[in-house]
Amino acid sequence: MADFLSFSHISKTYPGVKALSDVSFGVGKGSVHGLIGENGAGKSTLIRILSGDTAADSGEISIDGSAQHFSSTRDAFAAGVVVVHQELQLVPELTVAENLRLGRFPNRAGIIDFRALKAEVNRRLKDIGLTVDADTKVSKLSLGERQMIEIAKAIMLDARVIALDEPTSSLSSQESEVLFRIIGELRAAGKVIIYISHRLDEIFRLCDGCTVLRDGKLAAHHPSMADVTRDSLVAEMVGREISDIWGWRGRTAGEVRLKVEGITGSKLPHPIGFEARAGEIVGFFGLVGSGRSELMRLVYGADPRHSGRVIIDGGESAGSNPRRSIREGLVLCSEDRKFDGIVQGLSVGENIVISARRHFSPFGVLSLKREADTAAEFIKQLRIRTPSAKQDIVNLSGGNQQKVLLARWLAESGVKVLIVDEPTRGIDVGAKAEIYELLYELAEKGLAIVVVSSELPEVMGISDRIVVMCEGRIAARYERADFNEHAILASALPDRTAGEPNKKAS
Amino acid sequence: MAFLKRLLLGEQGLLVIFVIAFAAVSIFVPSFLTERNMLGLFQSVVTIGIVACTMMFCLASRDFDLSVGSIVAFTGMVAVMASNASGSIVVGLIAALACGTFVGFVNGTIIAKLKINALITTLATMQIVRGLALISSDGRAVGINDPGFYQLALSRFLGIPTPIWIMLILFCVFGFVLNRSVFGRNTLAIGGNPEASRLAGVNVDGMRIWIFTIQGLVCAVAGILLASRITSGQPNAATGLELSAISACVLGGVSLAGGRAAMTGVIVGVLILGIAENAMNLLNIQAFYQYLVRGLILLLAVLLDNVRSTGLGRK
Repeated sequence: MADFLSFSHISKTYPGVKALSDVSFGVGKGSVHGLIGENGAGKSTLIRILSGDTAADSGEISIDGSAQHFSSTRDAFAAGVVVVHQELQLVPELTVAENLRLGRFPNRAGIIDFRALKAEVNRRLKDIGLTVDADTKVSKLSLGERQMIEIAKAIMLDARVIALDEPTSSLSSQESEVLFRIIGELRAAGKVIIYISHRLDEIFRLCDGCTVLRDGKLAAHHPSMADVTRDSLVAEMVGREISDIWGWRGRTAGEVRLKVEGITGSKLPHPIGFEARAGEIVGFFGLVGSGRSELMRLVYGADPRHSGRVIIDGGESAGSNPRRSIREGLVLCSEDRKFDGIVQGLSVGENIVISARRHFSPFGVLSLKREADTAAEFIKQLRIRTPSAKQDIVNLSGGNQQKVLLARWLAESGVKVLIVDEPTRGIDVGAKAEIYELLYELAEKGLAIVVVSSELPEVMGISDRIVVMCEGRIAARYERADFNEHAILASALPDRTAGEPNKKAS
Repeated sequence: MAFLKRLLLGEQGLLVIFVIAFAAVSIFVPSFLTERNMLGLFQSVVTIGIVACTMMFCLASRDFDLSVGSIVAFTGMVAVMASNASGSIVVGLIAALACGTFVGFVNGTIIAKLKINALITTLATMQIVRGLALISSDGRAVGINDPGFYQLALSRFLGIPTPIWIMLILFCVFGFVLNRSVFGRNTLAIGGNPEASRLAGVNVDGMRIWIFTIQGLVCAVAGILLASRITSGQPNAATGLELSAISACVLGGVSLAGGRAAMTGVIVGVLILGIAENAMNLLNIQAFYQYLVRGLILLLAVLLDNVRSTGLGRK
């Protein structure tokens, strides 16, 4: 059977980076095809070329036997190719119906025919089994629902090829189930689905075949998933075998460094308390919306506290704003790197020294040499992959950006407590292992570390203790000896009887 | 051709265009490149140049200040009236600087603490302060009693008038602050990503208050020099200055979205506006056309910047 969608000899070079070189593979009609690889492997570039967002330097894409030349995303739409990006492209203040037909409103002489619009959209939504009303404003929808609307948009364009970029990264497991069902229906309808995900369990569950990219080259192409194992895929992604990516090792916990007492805030009305000791990694697990990130923001002072105390090293109550917390030795790497982590437009070096520079800037005058030395030291120590410290941080991969954010706090000399929220979200396997190793080294130096994660294997893999949150309260605590996947998951679920089929061990 | 393209679209493209324009004007406009005209040109951009220094910080931190023209007029009035009333120029100057600083501080505090949009806040203070200038003088120009006040603008050092020196010194000071001080780098960080900067321990509210306060102070300096040059306090002075200062910054590559600024760019921007006006004056082109030309220059500069950004493949 001839391939419906085929890439042949695609190459693309960005200034200083060979993003793709000579990538060829094909995907048959009515199939779901996984596209995986570490960050920076070239997946996004390939998808951008497929979507018409950027042009390949050489090579071509053909659909149903005819070569395609996209010079814009509009061309790609016309050819039936739609890409659903990780960052959703919806207008929040418009309704679902308006979003779905944006740019193509049914109208008479410029007057929108809302009745026809609504009828059509409701019919379509029903077809794909979504229970969202066409008149709802998108801003009122959950992230998961928005993702579905984005996919509905693709379906309404009568797309023949749909590429989904990390579609489940912000979905709850129920929402993911709905997504998987829709993907199944699209496959049955003869569409080609390109499915990009870091979650290998999803690849195994959904995909008929998959392609692995590494360093811009085709590392492996599997027309079928028979004979493919998780370990073999990971090996193809990183080019080496990784047996145990957690690499946890025992430590002895020392004195209590962080003590949180009865803390409350606008999103967490119930008082919460916990401790973290020197040399200890405390994992916080909970489902999306359980209040983990909100709790850490309160502890750090990023959001105003209503009550409660945060005590560092048995001293006085620590600060209630980020600046005071930093001075007390309490720092936070936040969940959303792009939104409140990196400072876009500033260099890697400046992003590292932004906080620590006050220690070596007499009278507010920068010491360029000390800054360059500090940046160079951490780029080397954390193995941050960047052409130079002067590189704009937005050009780095997610894993390297995360390392820059850790470096920002390591450059602060007096850090006692490090809170990291989702340290490895959107980061590839190789970089994950490096970040875990870094956390262990810091714990061994006597820091108290709090790791928040929604990936249970990760929390279990790296923590000495686990605190489980559920609906804004602490639901359970576990020592490492008592770690049990089912028990932890069960305590994280609001309804203690329900199991969670999707989040199997991976 | 490729060389020319690289030159124009490179990092220093604006500077190259400026040099070419300057050379062309020098050749084709008679009596442009004379000492007298050059000093006149610099004199004419003193107000814009001084205000553009701090406007750059405002824009770089993702803010906006529309009240600068009003502050310049108001502080000029204050300087003249306080000098007249007290009989001491020093008292007048201190009063003017204090008033400018105060207005800036109020702007900054409202914007940072009450979280009111900078555009709205300064639109309001722009009108309030202009109103104060008109009320205090009953809408009329106020003459200067002590001729010593004129000396501020008339005195020279090494043959160059004092206001030009002050502008040059401020260029150096703010260039240094932007590039080499924690304050300057934090300004760019706030403009690049305010929330990330706050969580990284930058005192974002404090920074914004400082930026507006310094803006007020610097406007007072410009107001004093302007009053001295026109030998009176004019309540209607410096109307439209806010737009000229923002134009100069944008011409100089300062991003209205924040996070990007360069002192050299702003200086070039100021000079381009000055040269365009000066050359048209020398060619006896009616003043009305100057608005047209200034608008076109601004559009062209922004287009060039856009072409350059996409040419370099950055978003």
